[in-house]
Amino acid sequence: MPETGRTLAPPPADRAADTDRAADADLALLTLRLGDDALILGQRLCQWITRAPTIEEDLALSNIALDLVGHARALLARSGQLDGTGRSEDDLAFGRTDRAFRNALLTELPNGDFAVTVARQLAFTHYAVLLQQALADGTDRELAAFGARAAKETAFHRRHADLWTERLGLGTEESTRRMRAALEQVWPYTAELFDEDDLTDRLVAAGVLPPLAALRTAWQASVAAVLDRAGLTVPTPTWQGRGGRQGLHTEAFGPLIAEMQSVRRQFPGGTW
Amino acid sequence: MSRTTSRTTEGAPASWEVFLRPRRGLAHQHVGSVRAGDPDTALSYARDLYTRRGEPLSLWVVRSDAVHAASPDEHDPFFAHARHKPYRYPEQFAPLTGDSDAEGSDDDA
Repeated sequence: MPETGRTLAPPPADRAADTDRAADADLALLTLRLGDDALILGQRLCQWITRAPTIEEDLALSNIALDLVGHARALLARSGQLDGTGRSEDDLAFGRTDRAFRNALLTELPNGDFAVTVARQLAFTHYAVLLQQALADGTDRELAAFGARAAKETAFHRRHADLWTERLGLGTEESTRRMRAALEQVWPYTAELFDEDDLTDRLVAAGVLPPLAALRTAWQASVAAVLDRAGLTVPTPTWQGRGGRQGLHTEAFGPLIAEMQSVRRQFPGGTW
Repeated sequence: MSRTTSRTTEGAPASWEVFLRPRRGLAHQHVGSVRAGDPDTALSYARDLYTRRGEPLSLWVVRSDAVHAASPDEHDPFFAHARHKPYRYPEQFAPLTGDSDAEGSDDDA
């Protein structure tokens, strides 16, 4: 399990090195979570390719997926360096089993109809832009650089989600009905994005992450504004889906990574 | 209020012509077209389709039905005259300071 990091005992009487190592381990877990979010959502969006409503939308979704995979590469590569195992981004993406993935459940939800994909994109992109902007102001220089770069791309993904939310919300009776149903289906999984645990507490204290409660407040205002423009209301779910951050995934997750990892399993070590 | 404006955009998506200004010193160039229900979406699609490489300065979309074009049937009246009017080309003009040694200076009025 990458969670525990190296089991070798650290050299004695080197407090500063211990602290660095602990900070590295925390950053390794954070980049693993964020990298898995991007990787799994990118893989999900790829499933729209050749199935989107128009060829323009096909390209729009695959462009977003490509950006997300780019984010995943940067984050997972860093995670592999920091956790001391020296695993590459490919090792992490294609060499782990389902329980070792740390993505939030939201990102693995099946695409559903187009409205479900739009609702999932709406929730995720608003969260991701706010988080990446906060990372850009954070204390870890590499994550700050990543956040500044990624926030620009994610802002365009958010624009795409906003446009479709409005269009479906204000479109026909059928599109409004589907968009409402999609929001109800997706919203229970949004809480996990802002869950606090020991890891996030340490990272917030270190100034790497923003306080998650404040992030959530900003996110709520941000999505509420779009839903309001779209004539929709923010759902108030009676339950919350969580577990992805601990490696406990939904039923739909196994087939997703089985497909993603199939080539690597058939041709281990293959290059082309 | 935005409800009514958006409702008018439902239905078959329109065609939009895409114009891209690749860099400073160049004018916008027509690069292709996209289909979309409204201008914002057309702009998004145009960005995805035509600007993935490079970092252009500006992007326009214009509804295709807003373009008024010369008809191919009228090609000759519109375009054919230039070829047979050599005096329209600069090499036909005599230098102002020169004398009778310049060629083609005879029939320029």
